[in-house]
Amino acid sequence: MAAKTCSIPFAGTAEQEARLKEIIASHKGDKGALMPVLQQAQEIYGYLPIEVQTIIATEMDIPLEKIYGVVTFYSQFSLNPKGKYTISVCLGTACYVKGSGDLFDELSAKLGISGGETTPDGKFSLVDCRCIGACGLAPVLTVNDDVYGRLTVDDLDGILEKYQD
Amino acid sequence: MDMINIKINGMDYEAPKGTTVLEAARLANVEIPTLCFLKDINEIGACRICIVEVSEKRGEAMGPKRMIASCVYPISEGMHIYTNTPKVIESRKKTLELILSNHDRKCLSCVRSGNCELQKLCKDMGVEVESRYDGEKTSFELDTSAAHMVRDNNKCILCRRCVAVCSKVQGIGVIGANERGFKTNIACAFEDGLANTSCVSCGQCIAVCPVGALYEKDSTADIFEAIADDSKTVVVQTAPAVRAALGEAFGYPIGTDVEGKMAAALRRLGFDKVFDTDFGADLTIMEEAHEFLDRVQNGGKLPMITSCSPGWIKYCEHYFPDMTENLSSCKSPMQMFGATVKTYYAEKIGVKPEDIVVVAVMPCTAKKFEIGRDDQNAAGVADVDYSITTRELARMIERSGIKFNELPDEKFDDPLGISTGAGVIFGATGGVMEAALRTAVETLTGEELKSIEFSEVRGTEGIKEASYDVAGMTVKVAVVSGLANAREVLKKVESGEADYQFIEIMGCPGGCVNGGGQPQQPGWVRNTVDIKALRAKVLYDIDSDMPIRKSHENPAIKKVYEEYFGEPGSEKAHHILHTSYVKRGLYK
Repeated sequence: MAAKTCSIPFAGTAEQEARLKEIIASHKGDKGALMPVLQQAQEIYGYLPIEVQTIIATEMDIPLEKIYGVVTFYSQFSLNPKGKYTISVCLGTACYVKGSGDLFDELSAKLGISGGETTPDGKFSLVDCRCIGACGLAPVLTVNDDVYGRLTVDDLDGILEKYQD
Repeated sequence: MDMINIKINGMDYEAPKGTTVLEAARLANVEIPTLCFLKDINEIGACRICIVEVSEKRGEAMGPKRMIASCVYPISEGMHIYTNTPKVIESRKKTLELILSNHDRKCLSCVRSGNCELQKLCKDMGVEVESRYDGEKTSFELDTSAAHMVRDNNKCILCRRCVAVCSKVQGIGVIGANERGFKTNIACAFEDGLANTSCVSCGQCIAVCPVGALYEKDSTADIFEAIADDSKTVVVQTAPAVRAALGEAFGYPIGTDVEGKMAAALRRLGFDKVFDTDFGADLTIMEEAHEFLDRVQNGGKLPMITSCSPGWIKYCEHYFPDMTENLSSCKSPMQMFGATVKTYYAEKIGVKPEDIVVVAVMPCTAKKFEIGRDDQNAAGVADVDYSITTRELARMIERSGIKFNELPDEKFDDPLGISTGAGVIFGATGGVMEAALRTAVETLTGEELKSIEFSEVRGTEGIKEASYDVAGMTVKVAVVSGLANAREVLKKVESGEADYQFIEIMGCPGGCVNGGGQPQQPGWVRNTVDIKALRAKVLYDIDSDMPIRKSHENPAIKKVYEEYFGEPGSEKAHHILHTSYVKRGLYK
């Protein structure tokens, strides 16, 4: 078994690390400090890779596994950086019955990543979401702020092509 | 103590205020089944097996019956508790059926078959259909990365007993619950293999696992092969604590001494020589007492800390790497024994060390890691070839059709089966310290001890302290078991708050008698019986009945120094009986 860590190289700066350590120091002695520290760490780095979690584990004297357990429990935390384009597939009821599950699986296969992950080139992130209020267009996905509706899996290549820059 | 009036199943009882429904029922001799609950360790009300109905007072009237988890719910004045209503029994049964719906039900080939808490509960609660709620199942890769154990999450029931013991009792926390809901699984950070973490291999997680999700890597087949190979001389050694617990696997009460039957069983299994790690323990005392006096007299690093427990050693290397110089350089008794067999004994019987197979039966899973460490190969080959747990030995005995309970009591073979009372108490917390004191004090004073029992360092408490005046010198000692306790004491040593000269540390709470390789006792026994105290008593009773109770008076030990090692701490002894450590740190 090997660690399932992010395939995109960590590019944290010394300045980011200093900010994180400052935040941890400001919570010193507080009970339940882990959640706010994780939230602020995610604000600094955009995500919580093993490098960031290890800094938190060491500075707060909390086992790394405990931190990882919290990070994977809450959907607000991400183990991967956001790609240039976030593809968000609606898996809400209306979209789901119209086949958005197939869209999601097809995108996952095409991009070679699971939900919550980012392609190694940093271009695409794939996430699922619940109702975005466009049920009339079901099934729906968004790429950053662009909305695409009434889709079939055959439309996906065309959509991806638009974001090759 | 404030007492509260309660009714359990219609009968009146009194119980102390603040106790849980479960505890109050136990005091009234009413047993409520449990699964995830471990007293003082895992009290989280997760599994819902201990569910009961209660009705509490509302003013003058009684409130409606409600279902509560008895392990976490406190009693109240006038409470009515119903432990066996049809609704309660139906609820427990349904809970079990739901657990089974996502459980790998390969019971016939499971290592815990016949000794599984889930299996027993299903039988007790009358579960008739294993597949009542079958649907989607989770599927997990086995974690076989560690030297000592396997995690099979397909059998895990998410009780979190292993998580609690790892983080609370041992202060390590390399396993925990990842993800949530249906995806929840117990694993390491970033789903890494256990071998890549700061796991110390203590096996306490295996000891508390109610099912077959955690088990040691089994070496019994390799040992049967070695025994069957006529070109090999197969020598077995057994740790002190094994004789105090092996009987449990054959129906004897906890705290039964089966040393004689164990020796008889090993002989019938076909081992060429049946020796005793207690001899290795006596040898350890000779070297360790000498090392301690040398450090005291020549300004060596103090406090010196014992090095018998491989779980503790790995803990020190990961969590206190700056203190590895404090560790005694002595190999553990098991390794000293193996090294002596493959050097001294090999020469004596005229067999090449590579044709000798040393098998160690240990109450420990960390020993499986220890045999593969660097600097544990005095004769150029591994000092010890296989280290098996008490449980594995029980399996070998069963597999061979040996009727353990009918065996006569037999003795160990000479010369490496000769040992003392000092050697046997190594298996309990405080035992190594007491054995070392018996030898160190007599060496320092040159006089015979009036009383050789150092009662201050006995008992199952996690941290003990004592101070002795020896030949005009005050020796402050500490005895620690359980690694969370070790951390507490070492922090004090680091900060200078404590000034011990000698510390004994054993990785498992209570010492080796409670090791991770001992026969598993179910939660309902662990919660009501002090297993480690009962097993430790076996060792102290053996000690008090022994004709020789000091390591330096062991005739076989005297002989091995005369014929081979020279003096304790000699260059030859250092080469063969001592080792070195690694500064591992926490995260790579």
